[in-house]
Amino acid sequence: MKAVCWQSANNVRVDNVPDPKILNPRDAIVKITSTAICGSDLHIYGGYIPTVQKGDIIGHEFMGEVVEVGKGVNNLQVGDRVVVPSTIGCGRCYYCERDMWSLCDNSNPNGWMEEKLFGNITSAIYGYSHLLGGYAGAQAEYIRVPFADVGVLKVPKELPDEKLLFISDAIPTGYMGAELCDIQPGDTVAVWGCGAVGQFAMISAYMMGAERVIAIDRFPERLEMARKYAKAETINYEEVDPGDALKEMTGGRGPDCCIDAVGLEAHGVGVEDFYDQTKQKLKLETDRPHVLRQMMVACRKGGTLSIMGVYGGFVDKMPLGAAFNKGLTFRMGQMHGQKYMRLLLQLVLDGKLDPSFIVTHQLPLDEAPHAYKIFQQKQDNCVKVVLKP
Amino acid sequence: MELTPQDKSSEQSPESIEAGEKERWASLIGGGAMVLMGLRQRSLRGVLMAVAGGGLLYQGAKKQSTLKQAQEALGLNQPIKVEKTVTINKPAAELYSYWRDFEKLPTFMKHLESVTVLDDKRSHWVAKAPLDAKVEWDAEIIQEQENELIAWASTEDADIENSGFVRFKPAPGNRGTEVKVVMEYNPPGGAIASALAKLFGEEPDQQIGDELRRFKQLMEAGEIATTEGQPSGRD
Repeated sequence: MKAVCWQSANNVRVDNVPDPKILNPRDAIVKITSTAICGSDLHIYGGYIPTVQKGDIIGHEFMGEVVEVGKGVNNLQVGDRVVVPSTIGCGRCYYCERDMWSLCDNSNPNGWMEEKLFGNITSAIYGYSHLLGGYAGAQAEYIRVPFADVGVLKVPKELPDEKLLFISDAIPTGYMGAELCDIQPGDTVAVWGCGAVGQFAMISAYMMGAERVIAIDRFPERLEMARKYAKAETINYEEVDPGDALKEMTGGRGPDCCIDAVGLEAHGVGVEDFYDQTKQKLKLETDRPHVLRQMMVACRKGGTLSIMGVYGGFVDKMPLGAAFNKGLTFRMGQMHGQKYMRLLLQLVLDGKLDPSFIVTHQLPLDEAPHAYKIFQQKQDNCVKVVLKP
Repeated sequence: MELTPQDKSSEQSPESIEAGEKERWASLIGGGAMVLMGLRQRSLRGVLMAVAGGGLLYQGAKKQSTLKQAQEALGLNQPIKVEKTVTINKPAAELYSYWRDFEKLPTFMKHLESVTVLDDKRSHWVAKAPLDAKVEWDAEIIQEQENELIAWASTEDADIENSGFVRFKPAPGNRGTEVKVVMEYNPPGGAIASALAKLFGEEPDQQIGDELRRFKQLMEAGEIATTEGQPSGRD
């Protein structure tokens, strides 16, 4: 089959590789009909996530059709149309049983690496480094889905892929970002990053009772999307200081909740940006925490920070004094897709959520190298690419 | 913590001291503080034997140790001790009964080729060593409490002298069972030493940790997570 294989930083290639096989009883094989490039795939693409090896198949946002099931899978049949969550959960450990699927104890066969780095093991994610399991990813014609008897969402055949695909990753991530804010009626929610996750976080925040949503980004087309589809007020941080602007927009209080939908490759301005870019290149810090710093200073006293952008290692120059003295609450984590997918499907079926607005590019799988380039460099107004195997 | 009977008050008779210590060790095994004991002692095997043999073997092991102490001071022949715990979302009885069926252990202990049960106490173990070599030994259960503990030691002629115990203890708050393995082995000397040292992995802690994680996966998820045999652009 064809698959997108990582070669080195900023270099992917579409290779011919063997088809995946059933390896365990609870496996299924899915023929992929649509797979997206997630913003967090850019961290892999750019070489920021350790333990990615040359030849690894990447990608974790996908849907398709079941073509084979293992003998331990009784609830799926060949021909079923499915959306698969990006995080892999066994469904039977303490965490999965409590709907904390991204903290699954049992899905990561390379747990020892994570245990050394993070002190504990979390769930594996498709195509997201050997640290996070080393499973082959979804930007391919077929994929092996472990623990397919739990978490996998059967979807109706009549809806187009574009309305369903993002239930795999971007929508539940945004939704969980809003949910972690514990939004109260009347709250103002600020969202850093207007990619897919940011857009869905804004839409979700309104669903949960937010009165105002403020979006922060630097690309006009993404800010325009936030205004048009997510009904957000916007701040371009290259034009105005987001801290000052947020203060003025919220009567001097600051937003009640701040959502990070950017993560470790955040861009800043001026000296701070130079500092982080340099330290990251010298491997003195792994992640660039511009958004975290801004959120800690901008948030109102007693407010909540919800972190959905991915962080991998170590950050420095964090204004912890601000967070401590203002009594902020930090909530974060990889999304628990399996917890939200049914609800999100229902919203789509009821016509309350149409995520297809996010797709700006649809390309054949063969054009993955080009797709990664335009998405990373935000060329051609690229916000979201769907690859068609 | 007092570790040696000799340090006890001289007013007590030797018999009562020995009986008291025996009881204490027995209760310690049940209660779990055994681990600390074992790791603080020069020899876990000694402690385990003491429980089985009423302290005499332990004493013997301690007293024959002038040469051993000298070797230890020089850093030679140091036994390797490993302690690892994992919490498994299953009742202790279920985990104990799977483990107690030793012939099933190779399903999650990758370095084992086979275990053959000889009788209620004794079993024969075959492990894979590098370069297609094999290492074999007989092991004997020296202490056992149903659903709680299995302690073993290799018999005298083992290729690799080892001993240890696995303990199953209910975790608080309905979180399943804490499974703890404490193991000790003596890397053999001589020409095959380096090959055999790899038997338990470059890092024994990690190897035992991996095996416990596989045991947990098998017990909870019914299968062991793997990516062996999946495609990549390296094939």
